[in-house]
Amino acid sequence: MADNQEITAGLAEIIEEVAGVAKDEVTSDKSFVDDLDIDSLSMVEIAVQAEDKFGVKIPDDELANLKTVSDAVNYVQANSK
Amino acid sequence: MALTQLTGAAATRILGVASMQPDTIVSNDDLAKYLDTDDQWIQERVGIVERRFAGPDISLVDMAVQAGSLALEDAGLEPGEIDTVIVPNCTMPSPIPNAAAQVADRIGIPAAGAFDVNAACAGFCYALGLASDLIRTGSAGKVLVIGAEKLTDVVDPYDRANVIIFADGAGAMVVGPSEEAEIGPVSWGSAGDLVDTIYMRDHRYIYQEGQSVFRWATTKIAPVALRAVEAAGLSASDIDVLIPHQANLRIVEAIAKRMRVQGAREDMVVADDIAYSGNTSSASIPMALDHMRVKGQVRRGDVVLTVGFGAGLSYAGQVIIAP
Repeated sequence: MADNQEITAGLAEIIEEVAGVAKDEVTSDKSFVDDLDIDSLSMVEIAVQAEDKFGVKIPDDELANLKTVSDAVNYVQANSK
Repeated sequence: MALTQLTGAAATRILGVASMQPDTIVSNDDLAKYLDTDDQWIQERVGIVERRFAGPDISLVDMAVQAGSLALEDAGLEPGEIDTVIVPNCTMPSPIPNAAAQVADRIGIPAAGAFDVNAACAGFCYALGLASDLIRTGSAGKVLVIGAEKLTDVVDPYDRANVIIFADGAGAMVVGPSEEAEIGPVSWGSAGDLVDTIYMRDHRYIYQEGQSVFRWATTKIAPVALRAVEAAGLSASDIDVLIPHQANLRIVEAIAKRMRVQGAREDMVVADDIAYSGNTSSASIPMALDHMRVKGQVRRGDVVLTVGFGAGLSYAGQVIIAP
């Protein structure tokens, strides 16, 4: 299983590709909406790619709870196989 | 006792295409006057610059009659040469009567076989598949298929999530017999387990779970489109033009991206008619094809992949050769 640092780096790559946010902007305390300016549809695209990359399921109702980068990293950590 | 059954034309093609939009242009700035939204927000979320609203004086049937008549003109046919009219739509004011019979009558097609198809935004591709198969089985000679919608009747004017997307209009194709097959087999299906993601709230106004529909459309529709390509005996690299239902430009782009991962060419033309037409549900695919022909983005003989998807959830697609 990947550690938090690896998950953050993987997530940053996805976020850069989907939303054009520079990878080094993606740090654990950042809010997707307020800090990184990522909209709800981009969140879905990020979730779909994260599912493929990390082997997790991120249903839409769970996605709504992932407000910050660390929320997402913790979710992947807890749910990846 | 064995009965007689018919067999029809060996192959079919599209003989004509046309569309109509109502006159009233509604820009994003027009909507921002009474909704909490703005031009940049709308363009970023859905890729729409402006759309057309029909207003109280023009009905779904009026729009279908106009588009259907123009398609006959494009095909160089008289109304009497058509024997079947199909009107895919999901926004007739009431379920009875249907649109098709009165549309046929007003165009001047005598005693046409006439019925509506409701597969929401997938409706046109369902109806086009039916039209082709009716001709190949001998049930019909030439078929007029008209996708027509008055979505402004079913959108809450103060629901900013939907007002910015949906619009009115009609698009039509004439389908007839051909020496060579120019309409591929339809690839269709449904996901009824997701029925609650798009529906009419209190039987009045359309509601959709944006994120769920977006996830479904951006992940499940490209494989449907690829099945249609394979069924036609082609591969993704043969596709010259991709016309997905014009639901949201970001969905269109996501489908195109997945098609390219599967071998579609970088120079494949992708319809972005939504920018100036909005989402017109079952009218969007023929309308996009018509506009792209006029602009010279699609030429006679181009291999065009169409795929519709929407409430139900339902989906359908096929490959056609541009008329």
